[in-house]
Amino acid sequence: MYWQRDFECMPRAEIEALQLARLQKTLQRVAAHVPFYRNAFAALKLDAGAVKTLDDIQRFPFTLKQDLRDNYPYGLFAVPLREVVRVHSSSGTTGIATVVGYTRNDIVTWSDLVARILCGAGVTPDDVVQIAFGYGLFTGGFGLHYGCERLGASVIPISAGNTRRQIQIMQDFKTTALVCTPSYALKLADVMMDMGINPNGLSLRVGLFGAEPWSEAMRQELNARLGIRATDNYGLSEVMGPGVAGECEECNGQHINEDHFLVEILDPETLQPVAPGEIGEIVITTLTKEAFPVIRYRSRDLARLLPEPCACGRTFKRITRLLGRSDDMLIIKGVNVFPTQIESSLFAIEGTEPHYRLIVDRENNEDKLTVMVEVNESIFSDSMKTQKTLIDAIRQGLASDLGVGVTVKLVEEKTLERFEGKASRVIDNRKF
Amino acid sequence: MRVEQLAVFLENKSGRLAEITQVIAEKNVNIRAMSVADTADYGILRLIVDQTETARAALKENGFTVSTADVLAVETPDRVGGLARILKIIEEAGLNVEYMYAFVNKSGNNAVMIFRFDQMDAAIAALREAGCRLLSGDEIRQM
Repeated sequence: MYWQRDFECMPRAEIEALQLARLQKTLQRVAAHVPFYRNAFAALKLDAGAVKTLDDIQRFPFTLKQDLRDNYPYGLFAVPLREVVRVHSSSGTTGIATVVGYTRNDIVTWSDLVARILCGAGVTPDDVVQIAFGYGLFTGGFGLHYGCERLGASVIPISAGNTRRQIQIMQDFKTTALVCTPSYALKLADVMMDMGINPNGLSLRVGLFGAEPWSEAMRQELNARLGIRATDNYGLSEVMGPGVAGECEECNGQHINEDHFLVEILDPETLQPVAPGEIGEIVITTLTKEAFPVIRYRSRDLARLLPEPCACGRTFKRITRLLGRSDDMLIIKGVNVFPTQIESSLFAIEGTEPHYRLIVDRENNEDKLTVMVEVNESIFSDSMKTQKTLIDAIRQGLASDLGVGVTVKLVEEKTLERFEGKASRVIDNRKF
Repeated sequence: MRVEQLAVFLENKSGRLAEITQVIAEKNVNIRAMSVADTADYGILRLIVDQTETARAALKENGFTVSTADVLAVETPDRVGGLARILKIIEEAGLNVEYMYAFVNKSGNNAVMIFRFDQMDAAIAALREAGCRLLSGDEIRQM
């Protein structure tokens, strides 16, 4: 099952020729329309028009998340706002959000690429797809939604949350395909058990899971407990959202939509290409994006390239599931959390000091984030009521800044280890 | 009429209470009254000692987080209804007890209760008006 067979099964030489032509065009467009890239290229005396091979991309500078923040909100757009029909923003705090835009053509492309992922996973126009990703600034909900409609499947745009209602609707509407994070799918399985609903009695048959790291063991568990084929897909809002790469029915690595994205796997320290098949950071250059092209975007996601051809017939290269991060970002219930956000959030509460420790656990298939904060004289009270009020204020401040609930635990002064330089304040106890 | 009280933050881990009492004992400070308020995660130890400043410095030196607050030491007739009477005075004055605990020694034939009220000045006035005796810090330390 292919959505755009002519592209998905294109001979390698043709894919690479198409990539080169699109890369040349993209580099020239950003040099002409985006001052950030024009200046960055000029500083390195790079001529966007002089690119002759795909390897020439290695001479170009990287784009970092910080560059997106520095150009907040519209500084990196390559078209006038009049041509932008949609804006999304990455998860994270309001203070350090990143903003991306889409032209009408971008939306069509995005829909097609997500339709490819769905098709690859085995979804057809006969399917009823329940999208339990949040709708809103997060690209997950709308990205999958448009892809499903493009494919012609029936969409249930239920969005995230309200687990019992999700299950009720799954049962009543005869949902056949589920879109959510893998941990939420396990949570659904747990709640089904509590509700006395046997998953085998449902119509579910396929799952498209993403937005957080997971493992082969989790896949087996999801397959067994929900009676589905669980597939993985990959995307990031800075590049487009879902639709960058996804698994076919072989369930053995995610095909990159290479006609639209040029992917490099680099050593995060040396920033040189790793040997084929070695673990490295995914670095992506968009090849067709109009409103928000990015050049060599450092995703910070770690994966391996699977160079061997796939039995499904697609010629696009595959990447493994995500194997980690090259920075300290945590993904809690699908929300991106940076430890530095916790620091700035604590700073905003009078009297607290930025000495903290993060503990991440997975209890009953739900991520649980505990922030340990050191007590000191200015936030300690002899009154239990005052003390509880203060802990609640810290908890609410963190939850609102991080976009995810936390538990706050007060600990004795100077008992948390002090770090110099790159601090490792995170204890992640989750086993994926 | 106020009595100075120390409060110490306690993480719920074994041996902390023993450490605190040890630190104080080494400075030859005598604990006159104490109480612990606790949650699942942490506790607040409240202490009245005979040498407040010495105890406070020693605890801080040993890494404990210490705060001071004023409390009232109220003489309470040691008989049925003694405490009820005091609480009624407080209730009628529209005040609230934040916390209270008992003092170990007796003042003559009377018991002594330690109180922290939401409005301390109003509480002092109400208790005096009703003829209750409040003990001073010096009296407490010498008991």
